[in-house]
Parts: sequence; structure tokens; C-alpha cells
Amino acid sequence: MRFVREKEKIMKKEFNLVIVGVGGQGQITLLRILEEAALFENLDFKGSELHGLSQRGGSVEVHFRMGKEIFSPLVSQGDADLILALEMQEALRSLYYASSKTQFLLNKSIIPIPGEEVLQEDQILNSLRNFTKKIEIVEASKICKEKFQKEVLAGVYLLGYAQMKKFLPLKRESLEEGIKRVVPEKYLNENLEAFRLSQS
Amino acid sequence: MREILSKEVGKKIILLGNEAVCRGAIESGVDFVSHYPGTPSSEIGNTFWQIKEELKKLNPNFHFEFSTNEKVAMEAAAGAALSGFKSLVAMKHFGLNVASDFLCTLMYSGIEGSMVIFVADDPSCWSSAQSEQNTRFYSLMAHIPTLEPSTPQEFKDFTKFAFEFSEKFKIPVMIRSTTRASHQSGPVILGEIPNSKFQIPKFVKDPRRFSTMAPRVLEMKRELFEKIEEIKREAEKSSLNKVIYGNSKEKVGILTSGVSFLYVMEALKKLNLKLPVLKLGFIYPLPERKILRFLRNLKEVLVVEELEPYLEREIAILAKKENLKVEILGKGEKIEGGRIWKERKAILPQIGELKPEYVEIAISKILKKKTSFNYQLHLKKLEKVKVPARPPILCPGCPYWAVINAIKKVIDPQKVIFGGEIGCYMLFSHRVINLQDYLYCMGSSTGVAHGISKMTKQKVVCFVGDSSFFHAGIPSLINTVFNQSNPLIIILENRTTAMTGHQPHPGVGDGQAINIEDVVKACGIKNVKVIDQVENQKEFEEALKEFLEKDEVSVIIARHTCALLEKKKKS
Repeated sequence: MRFVREKEKIMKKEFNLVIVGVGGQGQITLLRILEEAALFENLDFKGSELHGLSQRGGSVEVHFRMGKEIFSPLVSQGDADLILALEMQEALRSLYYASSKTQFLLNKSIIPIPGEEVLQEDQILNSLRNFTKKIEIVEASKICKEKFQKEVLAGVYLLGYAQMKKFLPLKRESLEEGIKRVVPEKYLNENLEAFRLSQS
Repeated sequence: MREILSKEVGKKIILLGNEAVCRGAIESGVDFVSHYPGTPSSEIGNTFWQIKEELKKLNPNFHFEFSTNEKVAMEAAAGAALSGFKSLVAMKHFGLNVASDFLCTLMYSGIEGSMVIFVADDPSCWSSAQSEQNTRFYSLMAHIPTLEPSTPQEFKDFTKFAFEFSEKFKIPVMIRSTTRASHQSGPVILGEIPNSKFQIPKFVKDPRRFSTMAPRVLEMKRELFEKIEEIKREAEKSSLNKVIYGNSKEKVGILTSGVSFLYVMEALKKLNLKLPVLKLGFIYPLPERKILRFLRNLKEVLVVEELEPYLEREIAILAKKENLKVEILGKGEKIEGGRIWKERKAILPQIGELKPEYVEIAISKILKKKTSFNYQLHLKKLEKVKVPARPPILCPGCPYWAVINAIKKVIDPQKVIFGGEIGCYMLFSHRVINLQDYLYCMGSSTGVAHGISKMTKQKVVCFVGDSSFFHAGIPSLINTVFNQSNPLIIILENRTTAMTGHQPHPGVGDGQAINIEDVVKACGIKNVKVIDQVENQKEFEEALKEFLEKDEVSVIIARHTCALLEKKKKS
């Protein structure tokens, strides 16, 4: 574990993040940004993602862990510090990782499940409150649709929001560096704008 | 991706486990890479596909291909290695089933250059219909030296080791992974990429070595066994097998490998324990003496591994032989993940992937220690949360929807049996579509349809994807003509291998593209139609009606490019 010894700054404790949503909402790009930001800060980290069948419009969850020395790529049951839900019904599924310490950051967006009745916002929030009181809802999809005509920017908007609210212990510059390293040139400006928009 | 060819030695970059295998192969000077797409192994092929031209500049010998199936891919990689090149072939667990016929024989001859076989299993079947299987039993059957890395850094390091080892012993070496290991990302420190080579090795005739005719074949088996004994001695010394917390005085130890090792370390951290841990890098042959030395000091050992117990069984045999009193704890019978396990011995699941908390619960049970979190209470709370499953479904705009709509319009689904296969169209099982009465493996929709229609006279409509058709669909198609049955086969030609990331196949390759209808006709099928089901819906419906009435086999090729691929091409 050479990279651990090399580290200049050491986080006091580990940080566990789970991002949930529906396939196509950009979870893997967000994970890449977080990883690059953590590398930029010389932290140890692990990401976990799934490919293939699981991405075709189904539930997609990615995990990101960083700290002094990270072994498991998966966050343990009840051990998430932050859960970023890009879709509200998927937040319920992520409760496996939630406990009283968990901060929820929800995108106010509901994508119906084919053949199923849509769950109402109140129902969802009531369930979440049985696990944690720390819940915040942001109209990220709506804002990004109005401002950029692109709902998929909601994720990067929420990253900015989480950073600003100190839900996410990474520096603003590191995350911007992450965005620059990960996002292709032609989408870079809108991503940086969306990230900064939530910070203003 | 763009950094995977970086020449900055010592630089830290972020790679997935699978991508780290690619980098390890590049740092080993790999010449030949073959692959048939299959998640969780797909990134191996995708990575080389994207960088093959740049790699050719570094190594003029370099060749990458998507082969028609895994068996062909393995044979091709072997051909390169038999000629003295360095080859890598990658596949998912089912792929090894397809290639196993060749693998078991190849081990007898060995190779001349070096050959690494990468296989990724998929515990929990995240990207797999079909089955959840444990490739490690192939290591035993085929006698192939097998390694299991844990972290992306190890994926790279073990790959380099595998190439060196393969060259030294002139034997193929397997690297076995699982989904969470392959799809974990983390920092990897780059090593040197070797300078290009200018010599081109040749296949040197030596039938004694490469021709497995009886009675020579049994001598070859003996030679293989001797080689494995020699490799076992190397495994005993290898730093790939290591003990953590070796000074611990605890009488309970843990034996593990691969991604399970990471969960073990996580669990020990959470429980604030320092139990001795033996992490095995060599899964076959096992470093028996090292394992025995580890077991000798212990009262109990917990074996942490995913799926059916492989290490646990092997170690139980070892301990019995040496008359050790150590109690071996691990799996129970058919215990599923997510439950709290009752039997003391049955503490880890055989079905589904492991999670760090399962390992923590198992350790805390043995030591009668409290877990770091009340998992049981939390599970009880979760039972009250009702959230409907969101299974994957065909994309909006997918051309397969037009096939589904036409079938639902002109066929009474109750009167017809629908045979499914592996590809996006296995999502025909989705409750809103419901056009899949059986599903097994590639090539089997038609194979099974023949047996059903031959014996019951029921009409079977079966689906075959284009990539799947080339992979394994042709022999079963021929069988319907040879042995006369009458399924209606719909070949869903979306001009790509969509599910795994839009890899090309022989019908659309860089070389000479092969027309599916030419192949179908050449197989003796008389009723063949090629229809764009999106542009010509009416024609497609009429063809369905007409062919359903046929007494002999019929084929409709539904040709329309994958919507995602169209979009990708435009952007």
C-alpha cells in the first residue's frame, strides 16, 4: 500500500457514499469525477460499479469510499455517510445503506417503473424518515432542464450542492479538477456551469 | 482510458480491475489479444479495441480481435502462443464453458510463448441470465495454474506475473475474477511499457508436443502432472500468497482470496480485531505446506470465498490428511445472502455475492463478539419498506419493440412457445413483454426448439441475436434441417453486440462482412425473409403469419440497427 504511505493529507475518518438512480442518469460519470477528485487530494479510495444488463433502464447503484486505507469497494449495510438519489423511488432501495448518521440528498424527480404504480413523494419521505432525519430535496432535474435543457446534468449539479453544504468532504477545486479530467471537451463547460450553479 | 498507454513510470492512475489487466498485459509486451464480449469481462475487449492502433505503433506484432466465440478466441490465442507469441484471451464464466473443450486439451500440450486466460465470474448474476457458477472448479479439472487478485493494483501485478510464469513453465495461466473485483476502481501505479520487438517467432513443428493422439496423450497427462508438481513448489514460495497479522496469538484464523480478502480486512477493521489472515493468490495449485503451517496454530479457521466452497473443500481434505484438529468453518448448504444464518457452521452463503457485513457477522459469531452495527434490527426495519423492483427493460426506440408489437398483433401467445436467448432480447422476459418461455445459453433457443417441436408438434418461435447467431446459432439451425423440425426462428439483427457495449461481429466486422441470409440459405433453409421490422411493419406481420403455417423450419431476419448505436454514430 505504497500510496497510503505517500499520502500528504490523511482524512481522519473514512467517507462512504452511495449514488442511486436509474440507468442512464450518469452515475458512472459521477463516480469517475469523485475518484479523480480523491486522487487529486492524494486519498485512498475505491469505487464500485456494475455494467451490462444492469444498466438497461434498471436500478443502478454505484459506491464510492475514501479515507486513509480503503479495502472493500462496497459500502456496508447502514454505513453510508451520504446517499445521493438521482431518482426518489430509488432512494428507498438505498435504505439498505442508511442509518441515523446518513445524509440523504434527493433529486426531486420520479421516473415511473413500467407496470407499477408510482410512489408519492410523501410516502417516500416518510419511509426515509424512519431511518434518518437528515434529508434534503433539491429540484436538480428541473433546474438543469430549465437552464441547460439537459436533465442529465442534475448529477453534477448535486455534487456541487453536496460540496457546498459540506455533505461531501472534498474540496471544490478537486471536484472541478475531476470534472475536467473526466468529462469530454464538448460537454465540459455545461458540466462546470451546472456544478458551479449549485454553489452560488 | 486515455491514460492506459501512459509511459510515465510511477504515475498513479485510476483503473477498473479489468482495465488493470489490460495495462498489465501491455507492460508484459502482449502480442495477441482475443475476446468474446461478456460482462463482467467486457472491458478487456473494449479497452484493446479502442487502443489497438496505438498499440501497433508500440509493438508492430500486436493484434486484437473480437473472435466469433470464446472457444475460437481461446484457440486463436493458443495458436499465437504455440508459435511463441504472448497472448491474452478474456471471457466471462459461461465463455469458459464454451471454451472448456479446447482448454482441457491445451493443458496437455502447453504452449511455447506465453498465454494468459482471464475469466470473470458473476456472483449474484448482475449481468448474467443463465447460471451463477464457480470457475475455480475448472482449474481442478483442466489442471490450469490459477491466480486471484484482489485490488486493481494486484490485477495489473498478477497479470505481469502470469505472463512471466506462463513463459517459464510453458503453460497457460488463468486469472480468475468476480464482478466486484473486476468492476472496482482504484489507484494503480504504472510500470514500464517494454520497447517494441522486431523478431517474428514462427510455429516450429513438433507433433510430439502438440498432437494429442493416443497413446502419447497419456504420457502428456503425466508430463502435465509433473509440471503442476513443480509449479506447486513455486507456489509455496510465492509472495502472491501472504499472511497478514502473522504475529497474532489468536486461535481463530481466516483463509481467503480475491475480493473476499477485501471484505475480510474491512470486517476486521470494523471489529477492531487482528486475526491472522492467509490471503491466497494461487488458487491452483494450492501452496499446501504454507496452508498447513498456517492451520497448525489454529483452533478454528474461517474460509471466506464467494459461491460454492472450493478452498473450503480442498483445505478440509488437506487437514484430514495431516490429521489436524482445526475446525473449518465456511459455507452451509444453499444458504442465500441477506439472511441471518442459524447453523454455526453454515455462516456464509453459497448463493449470491458476499458483502463486507456478511463477513463481519460470520467473524463475530465465531468469536461471540457484537457486530459494529445491529444488522439484524436494520433488516427488520427494511422489511417494512415497500419498493417495487425496477428490472432492466429494452431502451426506448429499440427496434426490438417493433418485433414484439408485431408478434402481439398477429400471434396468440397462448398457442405458441417462445424460446429466448442471450442478448438484449432476453429482456423479452420483462412482465410488460412476457415473450420468453425458456432461456438457457447462446445457441440453445433453436436447439431446444427442435426437440420441443419435433416431439410435441407445438409451434415454437425462437429468437437469436446476430452476434449470438455467429457465436453458436448455426449448428442448431442446421439440425432443424438435418432432422426436420419446424420452428420459426427470428434472427434479431441489430448490427452489433449491443448488451455488452456495441462490439462488432462477423456480420458487420472491419473485414469481409458475412450476410446472415447467405449463411441461413446455405444451411438449407428454404423459407427465409429479411425485413426491416421498423420501416416495414406490415410486411413483417405478414411474414409472421405466413411462416407460422409452415411445416418446415423458417427464418425471418429482422434487420434494423440498434437505436443506441445509431445515436452513438451520430454524436
